[in-house]
Order: sequence, then structure tokens, then C-alpha cells
Amino acid sequence: MEIHAYEKLWLGAALLLIVGFIGTVAFGAVGAGVDMIDDDGGTVDPGALDQHPKFGDPGVYQSGPNEYDVYVVAQQFQFQPGTAEAIEVPVDSTVTFHVTSADVIHGFEVVGTNANTMAIPGQVSTFTVETDEVRDHGIVCNEYCGSAHHAMEGTVKVVPDDEFNATDGGA
Amino acid sequence: MATFVDRYPEEASVVKACLTVAFVSLGIGAFFGLVQALHRTGVVRLFSSVDYYTVLTAHGVLLALVFTIFFLLGLFTWAITRSLERPLPNIRLTWAWVGLAQAGTVATAAAILAGFVPDIGVSADVLFTFYAPMKAHPLFYAGLAMFIVGTWLAGADWFLAYREWRKDNPDERIPLQTFMVLTTMLMWYLATIGVAVEVVVFLLPWSFGIVETVNPLLTRTLFWFFGHPVVYFWLMPAYLMWYTILPKLAGGRLFSDPLARVVFVLFLLLSTPVGIHHQYLDPGIAEGFKFIAMTNTMFLLLPSLLTAFTVVASMEHGARQRGGEGRLRWLGALPWRDPAFTGMALAGLMFAAGGFSGMINAGMNINYLIHNTLWVPGHFHLTVGTAVALTMMAGSYWLVPQLTGRKLYSRPIGLAQVVLWFVGMVFMSNAMHRAGLAGVPRRTAEPQYNSFDFTTTMGSIEELQLQIAVGGTLLFVSVVLFSFNMLASAIEDPVETPVDDRLPAPLSGADGSPRVLDNLRLWTAIAVVLVVLAYTLPLASIVQDAGLFGNVPGVPMLIGNFVESLAGVIA
Ligand code: HEM
Ligand SMILES: [Cu+2]
Ligand SMILES: [Cu+2]
Repeated sequence: MEIHAYEKLWLGAALLLIVGFIGTVAFGAVGAGVDMIDDDGGTVDPGALDQHPKFGDPGVYQSGPNEYDVYVVAQQFQFQPGTAEAIEVPVDSTVTFHVTSADVIHGFEVVGTNANTMAIPGQVSTFTVETDEVRDHGIVCNEYCGSAHHAMEGTVKVVPDDEFNATDGGA
Repeated sequence: MATFVDRYPEEASVVKACLTVAFVSLGIGAFFGLVQALHRTGVVRLFSSVDYYTVLTAHGVLLALVFTIFFLLGLFTWAITRSLERPLPNIRLTWAWVGLAQAGTVATAAAILAGFVPDIGVSADVLFTFYAPMKAHPLFYAGLAMFIVGTWLAGADWFLAYREWRKDNPDERIPLQTFMVLTTMLMWYLATIGVAVEVVVFLLPWSFGIVETVNPLLTRTLFWFFGHPVVYFWLMPAYLMWYTILPKLAGGRLFSDPLARVVFVLFLLLSTPVGIHHQYLDPGIAEGFKFIAMTNTMFLLLPSLLTAFTVVASMEHGARQRGGEGRLRWLGALPWRDPAFTGMALAGLMFAAGGFSGMINAGMNINYLIHNTLWVPGHFHLTVGTAVALTMMAGSYWLVPQLTGRKLYSRPIGLAQVVLWFVGMVFMSNAMHRAGLAGVPRRTAEPQYNSFDFTTTMGSIEELQLQIAVGGTLLFVSVVLFSFNMLASAIEDPVETPVDDRLPAPLSGADGSPRVLDNLRLWTAIAVVLVVLAYTLPLASIVQDAGLFGNVPGVPMLIGNFVESLAGVIA
């Protein structure tokens, strides 16, 4: 089979590009430790969330010095907490989100950042972020979840340490 | 000189029946696309925001599934018949699959469109991905199942045709177009196992109430088992045209037949074990499985990069045959006045752009930034929405005259149409990509929020919305021109030679290439092994998590449900 010299060159370059891509992502995951959503969050019984020790009373829980866990339940068409009351976390802390859904599949996206996950009934998504700036972030549901999907939004407030009150954040 | 319709009148009718369904879906779907572009951006809101999701479901299903796949059914029927140089073995079987696929389409479309009239009590506002536990009317799933079985029978029909041909030609290489059809269908059989199991085993019984609950992660994973390879099912008809028709339109011949075969074999092998790349953000799937899917995805770039080479090389060859010279000046020698050529060339150019944004999507880590934002529709309107759709429209200018025996009504209108599509898509897709980077979500009737504003690095959100609205309008006008041209061509007078339909042999033919390329059994076996490797463990762990039938009840997508939920939000 005859393969043109230019075509061989092109093939080589293409393979190099591909391996390069895989390499950068592998480096990001292993070397730089970019956190990705996986099966760490475990499962819950979506029909009995109210009996769950944390999702039964979703909100912000302190888990260590400067470390917090945020439990969020997504359901048509609100985040709990997030929508009716903002999620409040202190600045310069490590925050782990635990997100699940009480009904259909939703999205949980902190607008303009890569804090973004699907919320699937029965599954718990966990991811960790560092809060490094005092400001408010929007949250949107970015997966179609029914006829008022476009109304499903919320807020995360990163507040100065002295304004933070763990019992306020919906907990 | 006779053309396809004179040689194979029955087959020509079959192809016309398929293309008619495709073009009607394109027309309706494009109208809904315009509605969406205007609604999302707040320019004009023709429908209520509740009905937006009915519109969006119809747009996705009619364009991504019906238009593309019916065009494929027609094109492949034409390609098999002309490249094997014989009529189909059993025309009754042929009409049976046409009828089944059409009936399925009508059922599914009816279930969706009924959503506009709440009194009927039927609705399927579940979008074309129909993620459970959102539940549609059973008619929606039943129609889908019929449609899929229709495509299976079509494949069977083509394999039978090939078997007949093989009996008479025991030693010949498989003709290139037939090879492309067969490898694509093998990929399709493998890929549709996912959606067939999802619909027939889980969703259909559940929508009838026979089963109470679902495992949403399982059905979603089965969907994407099918959902990525379906992308190649859209793309392979375009590739078939780029490899076998475009070089001729450019005035030359295909560069290399064996390399075209290699590309199709790679697609058969790699299209399916990648679906998990749509689930990078899903809980319940270990990172290692996502990594495997990503690796396969990146290798799947290879056949497309090879295609880019062949397409450009074949065009250059054509241009030089037409007297083109110089390093880049040969570009000027190409037949830019021919809408079929220009449309396909522009489609190829857009595909390159789509390839870049696709590489971003495929990167497991960068994906987090754009997942489910408007970036994603920005990306696939370049790929399926242009590389595929525009190639299909452009190809029709050359193909349809062979089916009707009538000349194309107007080449200038055709040319205006393809250029308009290109320009419209530059506006719409570029703005969608940028809005996505700002975090604007897709699939959202009113992406305007109370608690925050979107911020862009360059330009303003208003400017992006205007571009989406203008681009969408140009695209819609382009489809109107296309439909008009097709209708007007149908009532032209029949002529002896409506179009030059000869396809010259490739520069390097199949003869010198390894025979193993044509060993379809071998490639299928490897493809199956790769799928088993990629999917057994993830599926097993998902089933272990919540059981086959899960523990989540259905949530019907009905207006009544909406009113209650809204009351819940307000309370
Ligand atoms: C007149 C031309 C078109 C216009 C104006 C248009 C416009 C749009 C817009 C604005 C969206 C985003 C809606 C949203 O996420 O809220 C969309 C989604 C979509 N479009 Fe198009 N489009 C056109 C043609 C096409 C074509 C030719 C195809 C495929 C062959 C296509 C396939 C899709 C798909 C699959 C979606 C996603 C549906 C979903 O998210 O469920 N579109 N279109
Ligand atoms: Cu939503
Ligand atoms: Cu994919």
C-alpha cells in the first residue's frame, strides 16, 4: 500500500498531538492533582433523603479548622440551600460540596468557574474548592430538569471570617 | 446518458422517500431553531417558556435524529446500489424498513408535538437525550424503538445486497462506497445495543407502569453508550461524500482508496468505547473509567485528522487538474460557483473549527469549565449542524437530480444558500462558544437570573445575544432557500443528463492494499472486545450501586406537574 511522504508526516504529527493531549490531562490529574467528580461520594436513598444525617438537614458543616462540608439537595426547581437562602462559606477555607438530587437529574454550576457537577438521584457528587476571595457567586442548574428549569438558581457567598456564622449557612 | 433513476427506478423512489422525510424534518427543525435563537436571547418570544422545552425537544429529535438519519438511509441506499451496480435484492424488505422508520418517526414526533396542546394529555418534553427519571409518554419511546429497528433492517438489506454481489464476485475487493456503508452499519449495530436496551428493557416498561423505578445513572450511561457513536453515524455520510464525491466535484479524484478504508475501520473500532466522555461530571463513575474513555476519544481524532489531509490533498489535485498553480493560488482554480462543491468545502472548514472546540470538550479537566454551557451547542452546530448538515444539503444539489432526472432549479440560489449557512453559523456558533465560557447554560429558555449577572472577558452579553439571534435568522433563511430550490427542482422538466454523475477511480486504488482491511469479521470482533473492556466494569459498578431497575420513581414531564412545582418554589 502506497502512503505519500507528506501523509506519513501528517500521521506522525497527529499521533504526537494525541499523545500530548493525553499527557497533559494525565499530568493535570496525577501531578497537579486537579480534582474530578468520581464515585467517592457514594450513594443515598433518594426516597429517604430526609432521614439522611446530612441531606436530611442540608447546609454548611464545619469538619475541621478552616474546613467545611456543604450538603446540597437539588430538586425541581431549587437548591437547598442556595436558592431560598444563600450558601455561606468563609474565605480562605477548604470547602467540600456534596450534591445530590431528590427527583430528576439537575446540574450544579458555580457560574464562570469549573465548580460544575451533575446531580443524579441516588448518587452523591463531591468536589472540593478553596475559597480565596470575598465575593458572591451565582449557581445555576445547567441540566434541563422540567418546565421551570430556567428559574433554578442560587448564590454562594464567600464571606470574611468574622462575618461567618456556621449556623446561618442553611445548616 | 441515463442516470440513477433510469437505471434503478425503484431504488430511486426509496431514496427520494427517505430524503423527503429528511428535508421536511429539516424545515420544521430549522423553524424551531429560529424560535430558540430568538427566545433564549429575549429578542422575540413566540412561545411561552414552558413550551420552549417542547420546541427544543422537537428541534433536537427532528434534526439530530430524523433529518440526519433519514438522509443517511437515502444516501446509503444510493451508494450501495450504484457501487455494487445492482438493484437491491428484495425491494419489499426495502419498503418495509422505510415504512417502519417513518412510522416510528411519526409516533415520536406526535408524542412531542402533542405537548403544545395540554388537553390531549400526551407529552414528551424530555429533550432528545430523554434522561430518566424524566418520563415521556410511551408513544415517544415506542416510536424511537420502531425507528431504530427500521435502521437495523436497512442495514440487513444492504448486507444482503452485498452477499448477493459477493456470490458473483468472489475475488474482488469490496467497492469503496459499499465498504463505507457496511463498516458504518457494523458500528451502528454495536452502538445501538445501548439505546435499545435502555428503551426496550427499562424505559418502555417503566413508562407503561409495568416497572416502578429506574436507575438513572444506568439509563444515562446506556444512552451515552449510543450517544457518542451516533455522532459518527451522522458524520459517516458526510465522510462518504467527502471521500467519494467531493474530489470529483473539485475536478480530480480521491487521493487514496486504502487510506479511506483505514479511516472507516478506525471509526468502527473506536466510536463506541468513548461514550463516558459525556459523563465526566457524573458521580458514580470512577475516574479511571473516565480516563480510559478520554484516551480512546483522543485517538478517535486520528481518523478525522487523516480525513482532513485526504480532503485537502484531493481538492488540491482537482485544482491542479483544472490548471491551478502555485503554493496556494490553486485554491482559486476550484469550482467555487458550484454550490455542491462550495457547500462541502465550507462544511469541511467549519469541521476543522469544530475539531478544535471538540478537543477542549474531550479534555477531562477543561471540560468542567464548559460542560452543559452554551459552548456545547456552539460546538455541535459546527460539527453535526454544519459539517454534516451543510454537506448533506450541498450533496443534495448533485444527488437529487440523479434521483429525479431533473436539473437543479437554480445554482445561484444554491450558492447563496450554502454561503448564508456558513455566515450564519459563524455568528451563531462563535457567540455560543463565548457565552458558554461566561457560564451561560444551554437548554434554558430564559438564561437571565436574579442573583447574578454573567460577565464576559470580551464584548458584552447583549452583543453575544444579538449575534446568536442574527446568526439563527440567517440560518433559517438559508433553509428556506434550500427548501424552495428543492421544491422548484422537483417540477422542472425531465432531461437526459441532469447532472454529471460519474465518479472517477481513486489515484491509488484498493488493489495494492492489504486484504485484511476488508476483513469485516475481524474488525467487528476487535470493536466488540474494546467495548467490553471499556464498559463492563463501569456498568457493573453502576448496577451494584442501585440495582438494575434502581430506586427512583418517574417524574412525568407534564404541565400539571409544572404548576404544582412552581407553587412549591413560591411557597
Ligand atoms: C436554522 C438552523 C438552526 C438554528 C437557528 C439552531 C439553533 C439552536 C439553538 C439556539 C440551540 C440551543 C438551545 C438551547 O440550548 O437552549 C440549538 C440546539 C440544538 N440544535 Fe440547533 N439550530 C439550527 C440547526 C441545527 C441543525 C442542522 C442541527 C443538527 C443536524 C441542530 C441540532 C441541535 C441539537 C442536537 C441541539 C441540542 C438540543 C438539546 O439541547 O436538547 N441544529 N439549536
Ligand atoms: Cu434544571
Ligand atoms: Cu461524544
